Amino acid sequence: MPKFNLHNGFRAVVIGGSAGSFQGIVKILAALPQDFQLPVIMALHRLKHVRHGFVEALSLKSALPVVEPVDKETIRKSTVYLAPSNYHLSIELGNYFSLSTEDMVNNSRPAIDITLSSAAYVYRNKLVGILLSGANRDGGMGMKNIHDKGGVTVVQEPTECLIDTMPKAALALTTIDHTLKVEEIITFLKELNQQYKHEHRTT
Amino acid sequence: MIQDIDITDLKKITSLVQAKYGYDFRDYAMSSFKRRMIRLLEMKSLTTEGLLKKLNEQPAFITEFLDEVTVNVTELFRDPSFWRLLRDETIPAILMNNKEFRILHAGCSSGEEVVSMAILLKEMGIAERIQITATDIDPSILDKAVQATYPIKNMEVNEKNYIRFQGTGKISDYYREDKGLAIFNKELLKNVTFKKYDLVTGEVFNKFDLILCRNVMIYFNQALQNEVLKKFHESLFKYGYLAIGSKESLMWCEYANRFIVVSEEEKIYRKIKD
Repeated sequence: MPKFNLHNGFRAVVIGGSAGSFQGIVKILAALPQDFQLPVIMALHRLKHVRHGFVEALSLKSALPVVEPVDKETIRKSTVYLAPSNYHLSIELGNYFSLSTEDMVNNSRPAIDITLSSAAYVYRNKLVGILLSGANRDGGMGMKNIHDKGGVTVVQEPTECLIDTMPKAALALTTIDHTLKVEEIITFLKELNQQYKHEHRTT
Repeated sequence: MIQDIDITDLKKITSLVQAKYGYDFRDYAMSSFKRRMIRLLEMKSLTTEGLLKKLNEQPAFITEFLDEVTVNVTELFRDPSFWRLLRDETIPAILMNNKEFRILHAGCSSGEEVVSMAILLKEMGIAERIQITATDIDPSILDKAVQATYPIKNMEVNEKNYIRFQGTGKISDYYREDKGLAIFNKELLKNVTFKKYDLVTGEVFNKFDLILCRNVMIYFNQALQNEVLKKFHESLFKYGYLAIGSKESLMWCEYANRFIVVSEEEKIYRKIKD
């Protein structure tokens, strides 16, 4: 019996996270099955000068390939994308990424707001946005854009967050459809995948 | 606060700018161009109609428009490992065949990469022998590049980069501080020619041994990247080098097979075919 009432036709999952989100990210990636169909696009605040190591650390735990996209790279299913350090990551009409070195937004580059808002513009109601633990307000405006375009919004249960500023800021700014613990986020994503596979079974 | 601009409105803006001023932003990457336009409208408290009117009626406004539409955020020695590779391998390789050579910085913005290069060449003891040309579409940012003067608050990250670059001195050897500004020694830019130039519409104007164009083409769509690579190909001597941003790729361009990858990590390519 599905727990979440998900409509058809989702095209992508975007995840934002900052301080205290790493453990949650690792748990989610470790739990996603190899046949997870949707692209998972992650904008995480990270050390600017550390170009290496992060992708490798996440790859170790993930059954899905984890990559830092290059500029104009096509977005593929069953792939986890991580915004490169010191670049903003946007999604473009035509289903590809673009990178930019614009000013920091919310003191961050990559900024979660930029990735989430551009994804909301391209995927509209076919997008799931997830915001995890974090110490600033980045991501709130992006979640609002996702909600306003009809997408589904999920934040990590603030009591479970190491630092709850980020999910709380989003909760204050817009309608959040689900406030979930990491384990429940995993259940949610697995259900999303079953739904996707069910829809595409006969096509 | 303006939330969004329609694609039709963006097209009206780029068409007008192209027809009236000859600058072609029609093939710029959509998401960043849209953010720049939203930023411009907010800063000037304009509507799209207001902006179109201003562009139509006040030709002097185009300078401000150019300054806002282009992204001018950069650092000295951004990606220190890139600059180390340039110093330790690429430039020595060029020097094996050319005692003197020419460098082009395409889209030099406020000049941080030019200053970085000038410092690098000085520390290698070859600054006198190298001619540098630095271009940008935006005249007001070129003025800043000529000044080589940056807010002192930027120097923290610049200094960290320089230390990671493992320069032979201290970054503070190269500038003096005055009223919150770091003013770089103009002597560094003695062999630099600054030139207003539009990568999109400009004609090839010279040949170079090394072209740096890092984090510029990310603002273009693939069709335009393809065209600009053709110009870089023509602007390079055979066996010349091209450096792009660490997260850019040329692999889908028509001319990709006329280059070999020298460093996949630092995105340095070499022209091997005319």
